[in-house]
Amino acid sequence: METVLETKAWVKACKVEDIPANGGACVMIDGEQIAIFNFERRGEWYATQNLCPHKQQMVLSRGMIGATKDEPKVACPFHKKNFSLKTGACMGEEDYQLKTYEIKVEGDDVFVGI
Amino acid sequence: MEKSKIVVIGNGMVGYKFCEKAISSSLRTQLEIVVFGEEPRPAYDRVHLSSYFGEKTLEELTMAPLTWYEKNNIRIHLGDPVLELDKENKKVTSHRGVVESYDYLVFATGSGAFVPPIKGVELDGVFVYRTIEDLDMMKSHAKKAKTGVVIGGGLLGLEAAKALLDLGVSDAHVVEFAPRLMPRQIDAAGSGVLESKLAELGIKVHANKNTETFLGDDTVSGLKFYDGETLNAEMVVISAGIKPRDELAKAAELKTGLRGGIEVNESMETSQESIFAIGECALYDGMIYGLVAPGYEMAEVALNSIAKKIINDVVSKRSEFTGFDMSTKLKLIGVDVASFGNAFAEAPGCKTITFEDRAKGIYKRVNVSNDGKELLGGILIGDAEQYNMLLQTVNNKLPIPQNAEELIIGSRGGEDDGAGIMAISDFALICSCEAVTKGDILEEVEKGCSTLDGLKKATKACTGCGGCTPMVKDLLNAGLVAQGVFVRNVICEHFDHTRQEILSLTKMKNLKTYDEVLDTLGTGDGCETCKPAVASILASLWGENVLEKGRITAQDSNDRFLANIQRGGTYSVVPRIPAGEITPDKLIVIGKVAKKYGLYTKITGGQRIDMFGAHVSDLPNIWEELIDAGFETGQAYGKSLRTVKSCVGTTWCRYGVQDAVSFAIEVENRYKGLRSPHKLKGGVSGCVRECAEAKGKDFGIIATEIGWNLYVGGNGGATPRHAELLATDLSDERCIQLIDRFLMFYIQTAEPLQRTAAWMDKMEGGIAYLKTVIMDDVLGICEELDEGMQKLVENYKCEWTEAVNNPEIRKQFAHFVNAPEEKDPTVELVPFREQVKAKDWN
Repeated sequence: METVLETKAWVKACKVEDIPANGGACVMIDGEQIAIFNFERRGEWYATQNLCPHKQQMVLSRGMIGATKDEPKVACPFHKKNFSLKTGACMGEEDYQLKTYEIKVEGDDVFVGI
Repeated sequence: MEKSKIVVIGNGMVGYKFCEKAISSSLRTQLEIVVFGEEPRPAYDRVHLSSYFGEKTLEELTMAPLTWYEKNNIRIHLGDPVLELDKENKKVTSHRGVVESYDYLVFATGSGAFVPPIKGVELDGVFVYRTIEDLDMMKSHAKKAKTGVVIGGGLLGLEAAKALLDLGVSDAHVVEFAPRLMPRQIDAAGSGVLESKLAELGIKVHANKNTETFLGDDTVSGLKFYDGETLNAEMVVISAGIKPRDELAKAAELKTGLRGGIEVNESMETSQESIFAIGECALYDGMIYGLVAPGYEMAEVALNSIAKKIINDVVSKRSEFTGFDMSTKLKLIGVDVASFGNAFAEAPGCKTITFEDRAKGIYKRVNVSNDGKELLGGILIGDAEQYNMLLQTVNNKLPIPQNAEELIIGSRGGEDDGAGIMAISDFALICSCEAVTKGDILEEVEKGCSTLDGLKKATKACTGCGGCTPMVKDLLNAGLVAQGVFVRNVICEHFDHTRQEILSLTKMKNLKTYDEVLDTLGTGDGCETCKPAVASILASLWGENVLEKGRITAQDSNDRFLANIQRGGTYSVVPRIPAGEITPDKLIVIGKVAKKYGLYTKITGGQRIDMFGAHVSDLPNIWEELIDAGFETGQAYGKSLRTVKSCVGTTWCRYGVQDAVSFAIEVENRYKGLRSPHKLKGGVSGCVRECAEAKGKDFGIIATEIGWNLYVGGNGGATPRHAELLATDLSDERCIQLIDRFLMFYIQTAEPLQRTAAWMDKMEGGIAYLKTVIMDDVLGICEELDEGMQKLVENYKCEWTEAVNNPEIRKQFAHFVNAPEEKDPTVELVPFREQVKAKDWN
């Protein structure tokens, strides 16, 4: 019987200290570029694709993070397009969508659900 | 219920507006709309046609994309003019043979260019100025043309002359049959001022000239006038007026005027029932209305006339057209031109007051009733800021000051500009394109609308010509103030403070990091607006390393990586080269480093060398090599001092009167690393020839026989502004003291991302006030300004030297934190003129 349950593999991405507080950095996992954000002010971690869909640039991890009306977000360094860190949706008029990943911290290690 | 079918002939601005009004009215569910357009594309903004050569794309000029018509169930046939009208059987046939029946027919065929019967009009290189196709043809011909002539000195003709300049035609002429320019709008004196303005731009005006023949064999080479004179021309643009497109109406035996135009009554109905005409093809009371605003009003009236027939009621306010106020204000070739009310009224029927400043190119005229109580009309050239207020004063018969000249030269009491706006009647028309009254706007503000964008969406004001925008802004602010809302420029949702308040409070409370500032003065978690603004304030106040104590993630991306991000995600590297002086050995180092890391090199506008295409992980290594050779960071990435440009001055130049290079080096080294609300540029010229272009800089220093003249607040960029003279014949020390104070005062009081030029423009009292603050010390802050700057100068450290020597900071320069040695594999550099460039991202 082939019941396909989506099984999440937790992959170790980096150390907690690798990601600056209230900012992001990029990791490479199986050829995929993933942006990891340590939103220390909120005690939250997020992971999204590193590619900004607007001009196809691998830069989102270098963007400033913040919040609009309590929705955590990242602003692309190029043209300041805002994306929700929770849903990956573009917060402007355009309907760009980021892939988001589950993320957890155990001890000093950060894991991403692939 | 059966739908009523409307066929609209013509898809220009007015035809489009008719559709827009129809589908946004309550009648929409009962209508079936079919549109025929002769041009191959949907309606576009013909009013701003000349911007097609400059700042705007066709997409931006388009009123609404084809998907809009589709979404609203409007069937549209483009590139397919209607050729036959059978009014007995109520149907039309198009060029391609499409047959459509109708219940109501709307002519919105507009107008074509009027081409006077001049011999040689068929020659190559003779154009009309009407459609995108005309412009495309002009564009390709203009590549070969150096001289161009426009026939017609009216509104459109002057627009066409601007288009010639934009196309690179360097020698442009305007030929006008009447004795002056814009004969319908302005008087002879106004035309004189306008002519000298045009001459400054390189456009020569020939008034009182009647063209007999266009010269040339196949391609036009010039024109000959009836007075025998000739004029060379490699291209000619005819813009001598418009001709209503009434040929279809004529063929169908609708009543048309002698000189063209489809006759209509107050309901916009033609001589045939159920057939309407609107816009420039319609002739009302013997007049063609060649502006877009009356066209829009006609569209509304025609829709109401149809509504009356279908539902026996109207769907909006205006159901009758009774003529239109032809007051206009526009920017022609960068010059404001406006006329309003009865612009040509003269004695003895009234008193006329004029004001003229030839040097500044300003002419103003107002016509006032003999009893001095009423404004009848007037003309404004060169400065039309008072246009809206004056127009309202005429239309609403508002009381005018006892000294009527105050209407144009301003009251000596220095009254608040926006104060008058609340005095005018609620019925006063603010946006004449979209017929929005003051009452409409205030109603939206009362309902909770608090932004200009919101008002634009809700009322459509400002969306036509845009001329009413300043007035709508004033109304918005006045409306908010009336509600008790205190209007301030707060930074973003996280801080209920202005930048100046945050700076003062941060200093007073001794806050050193972004989080401290946010916790103490703000709310929430910050954003990309307040983070760099606060980071800049912290740097300006304390001069501490921008990448330490958690400040790193408050920096904008460029500051975080101490380099400028470029297409493809690589960075550029700019070492400081003070005043542009560099030794051969240092040049060799730059060449070697660029070769080693595969970088593209270019000389910048600020007399230094930029290296592009550096991977983020290479940045520390590149800088280590540059620093070893004696370079420092150039802060090209920061809102901070960029360069102080210099000419060679007395060191080499035979004209120089002071040592410009040495002084520029001293000044650049003094302010390097200084963080400010926006970037800063300086210049030092060794004599009045001004080769360093110092007057285009935030601070500019120009040598005199005995010292330096200091200019402040200049800018190049999108809105060039010449710096203003602050003080003359200064010693080195006094010059630096005044720059210290100027910069510190700017840093303390400007808004985020406001250059010194905009800051000076907004400053009440301008340069005179600035002088009292930093020279006469009326605020008693000069000592504080001096000390503040001295502290920052002493605290300077090269950020890159610190970064490469600090392992914690250096570690941050990796693309993959889990594989620091790997570079971003998506970066693509392609060969380009013996170097490389980033792969195009579109």
